[in-house]
Amino acid sequence: MTAHPLIQVIGLRKAFGGHVVLDDVSLEVRAGEAVALLGPNGAGKTTLLRILATLLRPSRGVARVAGYDCLRQAERVRAHMGLLAHGAWVYEDLTPFENLKFWATLGGLPHGRDALNGALAAVELDRVADERVRTLSLGMKRRLALARFVLARPPVLLLDEPFAGIDQRAGKWLDGHLGAFKAAGSAILMTTHSFGRGLGVADRIAILAAGRVAHDTPLGALTLDDVRRLYELHAEDGA
Amino acid sequence: MSYARRTWIVLWKDLLSERRSKEALNALFFFALLLLFLFQFALGDERERLTAALPGLLWLGFILSGLVGLGRAFLAEREHDCWEGLLLAPGDKSAIYLGKVAGNLLLMLLVEAILLVLFAVFFNIDLAAHPLRLTVVIGLGTIGFAAVGTLFAAMTAHVRARELLFPVLLLPVQVPVLLGAVKATEAVLLGEPLGAVGHWLGLLAAADAIYLTTGVLTFDAILEA
Repeated sequence: MTAHPLIQVIGLRKAFGGHVVLDDVSLEVRAGEAVALLGPNGAGKTTLLRILATLLRPSRGVARVAGYDCLRQAERVRAHMGLLAHGAWVYEDLTPFENLKFWATLGGLPHGRDALNGALAAVELDRVADERVRTLSLGMKRRLALARFVLARPPVLLLDEPFAGIDQRAGKWLDGHLGAFKAAGSAILMTTHSFGRGLGVADRIAILAAGRVAHDTPLGALTLDDVRRLYELHAEDGA
Repeated sequence: MSYARRTWIVLWKDLLSERRSKEALNALFFFALLLLFLFQFALGDERERLTAALPGLLWLGFILSGLVGLGRAFLAEREHDCWEGLLLAPGDKSAIYLGKVAGNLLLMLLVEAILLVLFAVFFNIDLAAHPLRLTVVIGLGTIGFAAVGTLFAAMTAHVRARELLFPVLLLPVQVPVLLGAVKATEAVLLGEPLGAVGHWLGLLAAADAIYLTTGVLTFDAILEA
């Protein structure tokens, strides 16, 4: 693949006091590529995403998003990145339309009625656009979060367990949409525990264990069983 | 224009959420009612004692109900990690601060208006004799309270003992506002012109300016912390 790296991590280290969470982590994700970050709980997956999203400062090393340094050019990084973390950033007492209007206006994105309705239709929430978010399912709230990306079209998507807590149908739907983002040239880095769903859209897997990238390989001809074996091998080594 | 629009959208979101849920308003209303029952019980019908204590009681009511309301100012932001969204939003974060202050200010003014009516009914006193003067004093006092209260609510939003820490941090900083507001309210209730309490009003205006400026300058760092 010749596309330039939109996510670049070089020798990254993060320690909380004396506890080292990431140690000498290096990783690249190129435009139009999706990388699934696998690893047991506590391996440092979320910490890595939070550093890339400028929510945490690295202790050492370099993290770049769209060519911008996550430490020194945080504002630029934020303008080129979309984050879907554990929370969906929704206000329960507002409707999907109002939530989207709020985040679009705050983020300087198109926030006219047509643009907002178009984004809601793209994530198939147009029929519940005027219902309160507290009545929606978790999968629908995740879709509402994705509607922000439809408006912003960020070149980099950082997704923390995007398939957690959603059913098969919603997972399939999410797979399709992430594929569309990838096809449009976005770089996707996602953490996942779900081999079946998460790997559907991934081109590469990187296994984090004990704060290090223990394995980084194209998914290519690997079967799910191969991935599971690799995961178990490295997860047990790192534990 | 973008700055004003971002301030407005935060205010719009807070007011709309509150209009739908009425969580803060209901809590504040019943809290205010409870306070008035306590005041009534403690003071009885003795008018002299009541007149002397009234400005202090009014502001005690405002401050206590304000503490309850301001303590909840960032509750919605903690749900679904909306705090992260505010932090990652591009542009000057002080627009978010001013939107939150405006929302809290409007809510507090509404509760204060209800409290004033309840005071007038419960204690059979005429608070409407000098409405404009009273509005100026209460407005100046409440702006300062909302400005610094919103800032401290943001500072303590992620602290485990925030219910304890929030008033402990806020009340000492509020002393100039409380002092000026109680003294100016006392003078207004006695029928004195605003000119007679110019120095207290000056103190309130200065405190408002200092608190708002501090909030605008530091909110970004508080959000990032």
